[in-house]
Amino acid sequence: MALDLHSNGYLAGSTLERVLRAGHFAVTGELGPPQSSDAQAIRDKAAQLRGYCDAINITDNQTAIVRMSSIGAGTIVVQEGMEPIIQMTCRDRNRLAIQSDLMGAYALGIRNLLCLTGDHQRFGNHPGAKNVFDIDSLQMVRMVSEMRDDCIFQCGDKFKGPEPRFFIGAAAAPFADPVDFRPYRLAKKVKAGANFIQTQLVYDIPAFKEYMEKIRNLGLHEQTYLLAGVGPLKSPGMARYMKNNVPGILVPDEIIDRMTAAGKEWAGKSKDELTPEDKRARAKAWKEEGIQICIDLVQEMREIEGVSGVHIMAIEWEEAVKPIVEGADLYPRPQVEQLAVTGEQ
Amino acid sequence: MIVAEQKSLDEIKGLVGDAENVLVVGCGTCVTVCFAGGEKEADIIASSLRMSSKLEGHPQNVRSVTVQRQCEWEYLDQIETEINEADLVLSLGCGIGVQAIAEHYPESWVVPGLNTTFLGIPEEQGVWAERCAACGDCILGLTGGICPIARCSKSLLNGPCGGSEQGHCEINPDVPCAWQLIYDRLNEKGKLHVLLDLQPPKDWSSSRDGGPRKIVRPDLRLLEEED
Amino acid sequence: MWLNMEIKNEFEPEITAFYCTYCGYMAADSAGAMNLPYPANVKFIRLPCTGKIDVRYILEAFEQGADSVYIVACPIGNCHHVSGNERGVARLKYAQKILEDIGFEKERLGIFFMSGSQAQTFAAAAQTMTERTRNLGPNPLREPSLNGGTTD
Repeated sequence: MALDLHSNGYLAGSTLERVLRAGHFAVTGELGPPQSSDAQAIRDKAAQLRGYCDAINITDNQTAIVRMSSIGAGTIVVQEGMEPIIQMTCRDRNRLAIQSDLMGAYALGIRNLLCLTGDHQRFGNHPGAKNVFDIDSLQMVRMVSEMRDDCIFQCGDKFKGPEPRFFIGAAAAPFADPVDFRPYRLAKKVKAGANFIQTQLVYDIPAFKEYMEKIRNLGLHEQTYLLAGVGPLKSPGMARYMKNNVPGILVPDEIIDRMTAAGKEWAGKSKDELTPEDKRARAKAWKEEGIQICIDLVQEMREIEGVSGVHIMAIEWEEAVKPIVEGADLYPRPQVEQLAVTGEQ
Repeated sequence: MIVAEQKSLDEIKGLVGDAENVLVVGCGTCVTVCFAGGEKEADIIASSLRMSSKLEGHPQNVRSVTVQRQCEWEYLDQIETEINEADLVLSLGCGIGVQAIAEHYPESWVVPGLNTTFLGIPEEQGVWAERCAACGDCILGLTGGICPIARCSKSLLNGPCGGSEQGHCEINPDVPCAWQLIYDRLNEKGKLHVLLDLQPPKDWSSSRDGGPRKIVRPDLRLLEEED
Repeated sequence: MWLNMEIKNEFEPEITAFYCTYCGYMAADSAGAMNLPYPANVKFIRLPCTGKIDVRYILEAFEQGADSVYIVACPIGNCHHVSGNERGVARLKYAQKILEDIGFEKERLGIFFMSGSQAQTFAAAAQTMTERTRNLGPNPLREPSLNGGTTD
């Protein structure tokens, strides 16, 4: 069911939900678990995001490369006193495992869920695996909503005890093909029960504004909280790569030019002439510009009607979140009543 | 049709081993149409095995025969003599044909010469592509005649995913995005609203996930003869 | 009783060639009419068109002991049956791949294009293939294998 912004009750009572319901501009971050059982790595990454994000996405075998589970890592984040948004793909689990894992996740104190389709396993390190895709992300949204609101399993059986109450999210790819259909697909996700949406990385503000206008025309901004995806660039090469190789990401030339200009001090030198110090300094300059561009994007996002927050994806660069959040004047994060780990509201 | 591909000659030689009398059995239906196991292919494999075994110093006696369809007992009956004379049968039929020979002639040892790949269509000469996943519960009426189970890499019922790029699937630029095709087809027909309905989770029990399938038609079974 | 024969130690290739009834056969005819010599190693088989080549004919020729096989076809674009010669080429390439898998050198196969009046080309093709085959040696099936085991 669509989020009723006028109701008194919280769906899940998570910090993210409370921040959004209170009307604050939300900030979420992202944490990629390690390719190991290293719990300390989770704690270290989470520590860099502490205080700068309302909730942190924990990826689920992203790009089909096997990593510590989202629920496992999410539980460690809960233990650290922060709030995870666990991600769950349809690629690796059937409906039995999804429901089962989510019941456990809730019992462990996890309150936010992002439902994803998942990259095909061809991209990952186990391309010969059997893929599951028992259900798709929309069906997952509906299923988890019904678990929460109707207290039933997907098969219709009633829960024999407390139901898992998640704040349910879905992803949106505003610029993926077929582009004209994307706002309607978002509408479908909202109708299925998506309480919040996180978009794919956005670098093209004019194109995003057009998309948001269509979203508003469909009234979706009043039925769900949309968080725009932003991410700091590390180099002009990264910008070009994303533009040319990743479906659904538009990178305007102005941004590539800004990144290139940041390295102009070293532009005269050929690759062989650059000293290690040069390379370090240039990388630092690029990164500073990448962060500044991200800050600029966040500030633009704040002005767009219907955008309720940003989702900062600083891939393997969690240290960048602090300067972005501070630079965009979003620090300190609003304090809302914290949720007890046992799940009481 | 069933589409299959020949195994490499090396792999076939490995399966045939050093059997002295080999019978290569071709099939005149699906695998003929996809040039994998018809009469010509059977003759060529037989010739290849004879020549390569002779080159390696242990010539094998390899003959070939082709039946109209390996998946029907009546056609297999016709090659009883040849099967009995062979030490090993190399079937160039699809997986069904290989199993049919093994089942019909349990005394024989049958090995496959093909990899049966998919149910598909010859899009153009020399190109075959998958079309049907045999899910047992056809939904083509909802999608304008384009199957998302077989043609979408993730078998989505509420596609497309975010990996659809300029009409092709994220896994391979040669694979069209099934949902782009469905979107275009429904758009042309003014039926895009169909895509706004949330398709519920599929009941996979009618597909192979539910276990090996069988259909019995009592109305078509042969009547028992009264004694 | 010993026959006083000069035993040739040199190997004489036995070559099977397929020609089409149009340019191929006419080129042979022209060569004959001009009394052009060409090696007697080649035995010709006439087909209505090189598009009628079946990979099985090529394999059978090798199985029966031919040292090389080649095709004489109309020039591409001038096939009497429009594109039969293109099929002939495609089948030759297919046969080459099979022969390589079996363990034959792909040079034992060839294709030559000529029009009906090109007698010289016809003779040259026979000459070329004969020389090439002489260098390649006899059909590997003719020699007993050194891997042990008898051919009986």
